[in-house]
Parts: sequence; structure tokens; C-alpha cells
Amino acid sequence: MKGTFPRIPSGCSITGILNKKAKRFSGADVIRSIRLMHDRSNGLGGGFAGYGIYPQYKDHYAFHLLYTNEASQQDTEHFLEKSFVIDRCEPIPTRPHPRITDVPILWRYFLRVKPYVVEQFSSSHDREWAEAADEAYAEKNFVVSQVMEINQKIDGAFVASSGKNMGVFKGVGFPEDIGEFYRVEEYEGYMWTSHGRFPTNTPGWWGGAHPFTILDWSVVHNGEISSYGINRRYLEAFGYHCTLQTDTEVIAYLFDLLHRRQGLSLKNTCLALAAPFWKEIDRYPEPKREAVTAIRQVYGSAMLNGPFSLVVGFTGGMIGITDRIKLRPLVCGQKDEVVYLSSEESAIREICPAPDRVWTIRAGEPIIVKLEEGVQP
Amino acid sequence: MMRSLVSPDFLVKIDHRQCRRCKRCVLNCGFGALSFLDRVTPDNTRCVACQRCVAFCPEGAITVERNPLAFKSNDYWTANDIKSIYKQAEAGGMLFTGMGNDRPYVSYFDRMVLDACQVTNPSIDPLREPMELRTYLGSKPNALEFAERTGGALATRLGPQVALETPIIFAAMSYGAISLQAHKALARAASLAGSLMNTGEGGLHKELYPYSDRIIVQVASGRFGVDQEYLDRGAAVEIKIGQGAKPGIGGHLPGEKVSQEVSQTRMIPEGSDALSPAPHHDIYSIEDLSQLIYALKEATRYSKPVGVKIAAVHNVAAIASGIARAGADFVYIDGFRGGTGAAPTMIRDNIGIPIEMAIAAVDDRLRQEGIRNQVTLIAAGGIRNSGDVAKAIALGADVVAIGTAALLAMGCHLCQKCNTGNCSWGIATQRPELTRRLETEETTERLVNLLRGWSLELKDFLGALGVNAIESLRGSRERLRGVGLNQVELDVLGIKPSGR
Repeated sequence: MKGTFPRIPSGCSITGILNKKAKRFSGADVIRSIRLMHDRSNGLGGGFAGYGIYPQYKDHYAFHLLYTNEASQQDTEHFLEKSFVIDRCEPIPTRPHPRITDVPILWRYFLRVKPYVVEQFSSSHDREWAEAADEAYAEKNFVVSQVMEINQKIDGAFVASSGKNMGVFKGVGFPEDIGEFYRVEEYEGYMWTSHGRFPTNTPGWWGGAHPFTILDWSVVHNGEISSYGINRRYLEAFGYHCTLQTDTEVIAYLFDLLHRRQGLSLKNTCLALAAPFWKEIDRYPEPKREAVTAIRQVYGSAMLNGPFSLVVGFTGGMIGITDRIKLRPLVCGQKDEVVYLSSEESAIREICPAPDRVWTIRAGEPIIVKLEEGVQP
Repeated sequence: MMRSLVSPDFLVKIDHRQCRRCKRCVLNCGFGALSFLDRVTPDNTRCVACQRCVAFCPEGAITVERNPLAFKSNDYWTANDIKSIYKQAEAGGMLFTGMGNDRPYVSYFDRMVLDACQVTNPSIDPLREPMELRTYLGSKPNALEFAERTGGALATRLGPQVALETPIIFAAMSYGAISLQAHKALARAASLAGSLMNTGEGGLHKELYPYSDRIIVQVASGRFGVDQEYLDRGAAVEIKIGQGAKPGIGGHLPGEKVSQEVSQTRMIPEGSDALSPAPHHDIYSIEDLSQLIYALKEATRYSKPVGVKIAAVHNVAAIASGIARAGADFVYIDGFRGGTGAAPTMIRDNIGIPIEMAIAAVDDRLRQEGIRNQVTLIAAGGIRNSGDVAKAIALGADVVAIGTAALLAMGCHLCQKCNTGNCSWGIATQRPELTRRLETEETTERLVNLLRGWSLELKDFLGALGVNAIESLRGSRERLRGVGLNQVELDVLGIKPSGR
């Protein structure tokens, strides 16, 4: 398990389930749903993101880490101790599984940032960091920098997830096997996303499986980002280093940059990432035309091009979106307060046989689903 | 007595059995290489191989051949070296030439290849799916602000932007260096194709006014033709610091080319030499440049992009960064293959760096400094086809400018004698009997055709790459691979070798 390969293109299956009343449910459903799409993956990667799974530690950054060896674990823990208070750390619970082999060391950490650290960090970094009046904002920037540093500098250590009250369980294998291996059915969350991977060429490494994350953003992705080269160079200018060698990584960072750091609304972020065609924009009424034109002019290097359907998870909601000519499938379903997103309708009906509504998502038009007003995650 | 040690470069062969003695060739030769005595008689010393006579002989009776005159074989002292020395020994002056550097330096364009999609990401068929080439010239902020986080009105005001329907524009060529007919054809073609032409430093003739929303007006060291109206008419303003064919030196339009029309357009006396000093005499530092940029912005009330053109020289990345920070909205970089109406041959052939390296270095530098969005990067200097365009854009250019290719589309045969003012094709001349040969309608159409053909090919490249907008190729060096380049060259270009 080592991240020094060229980028690996991949196909895939994706699923997302959100309970809008934030009622927590077991991970068993999402395993069943992704299991149905077995043939869309090839056993070289599967994973899950659960939101609301750590209520007892909901204000801690939950770091899930993959280590190739004990030295990398020691280095990472030493590194974490410098800036974080580690309130709890433990191996991620797993069960032996006949089809899951070459398992790296899997640990999780519940962390609080030491108080003086953020201040120090902000004053020693560039203007954008320092100007942040909001302490929580500065703290998140700091956490991002720590994730980048671990992924980039500590040989053999990779951060699988780093958000609050969420966690990612991923590895090499079919997704349903990965789910069983990680005992995902034992967790309860208000939202789950999942991914089954069909990379065309892989050395089979755990860090390359989906979901990809930064803070509480998680991305499962079916497709390939043909604009990866420029997206990556664009992100580098803002301090994001793509170390996981898979195109999907850029999507998580782009959401973090555009929405959290630059303050674009989720809708405008989606307009930047899957921009409408100029001939449509030209027909928009003012001031919409001016706004969307500006988004394309300014964020051209952030636009995702090539085939994709995505489920992006964040605290309190999820987004389903496809590329602007829809070269990958995405279906949405709804039953009472539960919303489903999946590559296939069958994967929704597998766990919700009689949905109130099922529809296919239009090219480039995002579905943004959030918890109901007033509901706390 | 010996005529000259300089033997003719070309031999004109007339097949007198086929010749009807119509004398059309004699009339067509701008260089006086053909005369009619009792039959058509060539003066080989004057022939430049512009092929005008060949194209216009109704009987196909003329061929122009390279003079096979063989100096004793020598891999070091080429025939060109020897003849140049003879010329200088006879005349005691500098060697002069037209068009771009023709020496056999490496072309990095020819050592890079593009990617295409196979299976995992589908290619896109440009005949069936939309393909977007639209590009905006102008400075962009790093981020946008909206009134409220949840989709309120746009709060950021962008600086002026010029929309281009294709990322290919015409390079700067002045009226004076080229004919009014050629200038008009460029302006009309730019207007029809949603592109831009560039006045060069020769001012803007009134006949181009109808197309002025598609014209970059240049402010060069001679300030020819620059007044308030000139600035008001342009779609964008460009300060010319240097030119790829002659970095670091000025320009000289000889008095015989300064006709009444040229004199009015340049605002100088008829028949006087038009001398452009090597530096701008009000720019001796980057802060001086910044003052001129803002003076021009004030003069145009911040209504149009103001940019700076420089030649690609060793330190181009730092210079471009300085220009961006000095307030320019675009940086135009001209590589060492860039053409010219006249330049000292030694300067042209020995100064400057390849545009491929310059694009890579500048794009990297601007990104490292976090100011890439602040400027539009225009690259020029030896762009020969849409493959070069695609590679330049993949390296990091926003827009590509073509000069020599545009002249070729107009009928130029690359004889490299623009400096003589005798262009038989009516392009690089002010002699009325020659300029009237260039039919504006037809020339316009040829230029529009060229832009259309290259744009179609660009869309094909995008489709093969599996993307449907030019911004997804721009700066995406992941889609380029080097063939036969060493590691240092690969590093500078920021690309991998093929196979990786």
C-alpha cells in the first residue's frame, strides 16, 4: 500500500442514503444496495462513508488512518500529538474476511486541536489564512494542512477521513465484502454513501479506494475526470496536494475550496464544477447570465470535465450531480423522509421496494438534499 | 570585371517553347527579376522565389529552382554563412531580413504529443456534442463573492473582458509593414470569426473603424498613431515592449514606405523614416511600466483590458510576473520563431527562447505566486497549425496569436523579403500597383477559413481528449507527453515522457 503510482482511471457504482429527519439507521442498508451492483465493480476497491456515526465524539475530528507499517504509525502519532489532544485512539474494529487480504494497519483517532496551535498557524501562513476572523474557519484550514502534511510527508500513512461525527471505511475488495470486514452494519448514521470500484489498472492499494474526503466532505465518484491535470494544478495554488493519485481526490478539495473557503453557495459551487454550456448561459435572463458567466470565467480551471456521476456528502446533507452531458448514470429516489441516490434504480428498490418517487437526474443539474429545517445532525 | 561574389540564390527557368510572350510574369514580379527583351529574360540575382510568376503564368512555363551552385562541402561554413560574408564585405552593413527565425533549432512542439481517451473515459464526438472554445481575454479575480452565501446577487465586479469565440487571434502586424488591404482583411476576418486583430505599432486607419470592437490597439515605443480616439476605438490596448523576432531592439520603417496614407495613420510627415526606439523612453523600470498601464487605463476609463507584449527571453517568467503585478490584464509572449517585417538577421537568429519553454515557465511562475487568474496569457511565435495551438494551450496559454500563419493564408510564400517592400503578393508592401493585388473580400475569406479550420481541429482534439470545453485543456499538462526530451527539458515543460 503505497501511493506512488500514476493516476488510476476507473469506472464504478455509487449509492447515497439520507434521512432528512436525521434518524440514524444501520449501515446494513447501504451494504445491500451496493451489493446489488456487484458487477459494476471488480473487487479492486470499495468503501463507505457514514455520517452521524460518532455521536459520543461529535465535536472531535475523527481521523481514520491507513498505515503500511508500524513506523508510519509511530511517525503519524508523534506528528498528531504535536498539535492535537488525542482524546481516544483505537484500532478500527474489523472482522477477518476470506476475501479481504493485505490489510494495512487501520486506526482511528478522536482529536481536538490544541488552542494555541491555530493562532500560530494563522500568523505564519499566507494572507487568506490569517485574515480569517472566524476561529472555526481557521481551525479547519489548519486541519486541512495537517491532512495534507500526513499524506504528503509521512511515508506509508494515509488519512482516510478527517471530519467530525463521520468516518470512512474503505479498502481493496468488493464493497459488500469491505462492509462486512469493517462491520459497517454495526454503526448507525443519518446518512451513508458507498462506492464499488472498477479501476482498469490498479496495484490494489487501500488509499485509492473511494470515498475520498477532506474534513467532512466525502466524495464517491463513478467516472473519470479528464480535466484532472488542470484541476490538480489549480488546487496546488491553494495549498491542496493531490497525493492519492486518483482523479476523485480533486473533487473533495474543490468543494472545500469553493464552498467552505471562498464562500460560494453549494449551488454556485455546482455551477462552477459542472458548468452549463455557453449557449444556455447566453440565454439566461439578467442578472443570472452575468453571474453564471462570471463563474465560468473565474472558475474555468475548477470545472470538472469528462464522465462523472457523484454523490458528495457533507455534515447535514448530500449532493448528487453528473457531468454536463451525463456520460454516467445517476438516479434519485424518495420515500417519506429518506432520499436515495444511486447509479441504478434497482439498487434503490433493493432497499426501498416502493419509493414515493424515482427519477433520473438531468445532465449537470445538481440535486442538493439537506436535513429538514431545524433538524440537527 | 567580376559582378559580385554573391551568387544568386535561385534560378528562374523559362520554357520558351511554351511561353506565349504575354508578359504577365514581367508585370507580376515585384522584385524586377523578369524583363522582356526579345523574350522573357530573368535576372536571377533579383529572384527571391516568391513564386508569384509561377502562379500567374497561364502556360505553366516558369519554374524557380534553388541555385545548385556548390561551394565545396563544409559542415561548418554553410553556403549561407559564406554568402552573408560576401554581402557584408561588399556593402559594409548589417544583414537584414523579414519573417521569423529559420535556423534549425529544436522545435519542442514537435517533441510533444497529446493524449486521447480509450474506454475508461469516453471520447466525445464533436459532430454530435457541443464543443466550447469561447475564451475571455481579461483579468479575473481569484474568487467571486455573492451577496449571500445562499445564492444572492453577484457582488464582485469583474474587470473588462473581451469574448473570443476561438482562442486564436491575429498577431500584431502594423499598417506600414503590411498593406492597408492586408490590414483590412485581418480586421474583417477577426470581426467575422469573433477573434481579434492587432494594429501593431502603425496606428489605426479610418477604414478599419467599423471593426474596432475586434481590434487590439498597440502602444509601442514610437507611439505612432496614438491619440485618445485610437485608444477609444480599440477592444483592448497593448503596450509593446518587445517582439520575438527582435527582442531588445527597436524598429525602422524606411521613409519610402511612408506614403500619404501611412503618414496620416502614423501621424508622422510623409516620406520620413519611422523610428521606434529600442526601449520606451518613458519606461526604464517596472514601476514606469505600471504608470503607463494605469495611464492607459485611466485614459480608457477602465473599460478595456490593457496588456503588455514582451519577447520570450531567458528571464521571461520573472518579467511576466512583474508585469502581472504592475497591473496588466494580459501578457502577450512572443517566442523566438516570431515573424517581423524587418529585423537584423543576427538578432533574429540568435536572441530569445522557444515559446513552448516560455509558456511553461510563465504559467508555472504565475501559479506559484497565486496570480495566474490575474492575467490572460497570450502566446505567439511560430504557431504553425492547430496541433501547436492545442499544445500551447495545454502548456498553459489562454490564447494563441498567429502572424506568419495568417500571412500564409493571405498568399505569402515565406520568401523572407518583407523588408524590401517589394512583396509581389501585395501583402508586405506599400507600392500601390502591388497592394491592389490583394483582394480584400477573398483574403478575408481565406483568413476566416483558416480560423474555422483550426477551430474545428481544436474541437476534434478536445473530443479525443474527452472534454468539451477549452478550459479543461488549458494548463492540463497531464495530457501532454514528451518524445525524445531529456529530463531537464521535461521538468521545465512540466510534462512526463511518453510511456509514463
